[in-house]
Amino acid sequence: MTKYMLSVHSVEGEARTPMTDEEMQQSHKQLGVLEHEMKSSGAWVFSGRLHGPDTATVVRMSGNEALTTDGPFVESREHLGGFYIIEAQDLDAALALASKVTEIIKAPIEVRPFADTSGA
Amino acid sequence: MPVVDEAAVGRIFREESGRSVAALIRVFGDIDVAEDAVQEAFAVALRTWPGGGLPPNPGGWITTTARRRAIDRLRREARERELLSKAAALALGTDDPGMPDEVGPVQDDRLRLIFTCCHPALSTEAQVALTLRLLGGLSTKEVARSFLVAEPTMAQRLVRAKHKIKAARIPYRVPEDHELPGRLRPVLAVVYLVYNAGLTSPAEQGLCPEAIRLARTLATLMPDEPEVAGLLALLLLTESRRPSRIRSDGSLLLLGEQDRSRWDRALIEEGQAIVRRCLRRNEPGVYQLQAAINAVHADAATFERTDWPQIVALYDQLLTLAPTPVVALNRAIAIGEVHGPAAALALVDELDLDTYHAFHATRADLLRRLGRNSEATAAYERAAALAPTDAERDFLRLGGRDAR
Repeated sequence: MTKYMLSVHSVEGEARTPMTDEEMQQSHKQLGVLEHEMKSSGAWVFSGRLHGPDTATVVRMSGNEALTTDGPFVESREHLGGFYIIEAQDLDAALALASKVTEIIKAPIEVRPFADTSGA
Repeated sequence: MPVVDEAAVGRIFREESGRSVAALIRVFGDIDVAEDAVQEAFAVALRTWPGGGLPPNPGGWITTTARRRAIDRLRREARERELLSKAAALALGTDDPGMPDEVGPVQDDRLRLIFTCCHPALSTEAQVALTLRLLGGLSTKEVARSFLVAEPTMAQRLVRAKHKIKAARIPYRVPEDHELPGRLRPVLAVVYLVYNAGLTSPAEQGLCPEAIRLARTLATLMPDEPEVAGLLALLLLTESRRPSRIRSDGSLLLLGEQDRSRWDRALIEEGQAIVRRCLRRNEPGVYQLQAAINAVHADAATFERTDWPQIVALYDQLLTLAPTPVVALNRAIAIGEVHGPAAALALVDELDLDTYHAFHATRADLLRRLGRNSEATAAYERAAALAPTDAERDFLRLGGRDAR
């Protein structure tokens, strides 16, 4: 089994057509069902949704001192918005789950393998 | 006993290495281990066959020798316990180099491998490179040359693709039926691309038979897929005309100018027989329809006697399945043969293909036939400026067939 991160990225300033309340509820419900499915099949490891990049803080070493600055680390318009960490047999299985998620949330998903799952 | 020289071993390598690499990937689950072992086995063949003669089953010999080499290597390195136990299990099985023990499941191995190489998670460039390298047995240098990139660039592309296969666990299996339509598309596209690379670059003609070999393998392995048959028929029918589409000086001949007696009848018959089987099956697809169009051309004794209405009807069908401007352009050309150049030009002028050389070449030809010569000249110039190969550029600079 390999662990994969399915990540959803939000693009700053690029407003997606906002969902109506019903659509939002619908998608919330579908995600709940899907997550339940993932948990009962053992695929789900962890998942979470993040606040916007304006809530981010970066800490970095400056000499011997940890320096704290406001703002996201990556200077780009795209920011990680949320993610699932799943465990799957192979990429096809991971892609199948990612397809389900993207269909529900109507946003693209990046699928990336974890480096530290040496056949375990 | 036939003479075995280096060239003969080279030919056998091209024929057999894909099969051996595919079998070893299944066994060891690692592309690099498989590739290296098969290379080593051929190095041994190159040393021993010219003196000792060919073994009864050269392909089986290569696979078995490569497998032993891989086992030796893994044993030496003794790093991955799981692999080693697999290797040990295998070593207990048939290990006689003369035994053709790789006949049954091996074919499936090649099929698995092509679906891995052409996985949609890989870029088209990587798909093509991996397919030629692993299934076609081309060296990295040859693959690089075929696609006009520097060898280190191609080597890096291959390394990255193989790393992604391993890291992301791109599976090594034939997709299930419900996945097949989506997964087959890139496989067929890669084979088609390989053929076209050979067709448009005279220096890389070897890619044409390579693509046909891949298509034949696919057709044998997936006899129930009409589009696989369609692709094979399309390649065979195109191949039947390949030698007659180029003059000795390398310039191109249009379909209407080709010496039809030079068309390869055996390839035509094989291609047409496949097209007929496809028609009976009646599950049309883009490759089958293009093959059918080529089959109609192959039937005509002269350009003038071509069944153009039939060709238009096939393009109509193709356009509903693949509504692209390039298909519309080709359909317009056929319309031109049925209803005259004015009707064709009206259709062509509606298309948004300003950066495509064939669009301007077609316009130029139609304008010339309508006597609008200065417009035709301008269109030929535009076409020549956009042409991707020297042969096409020269042809268009001379004003197409007009100048002959």
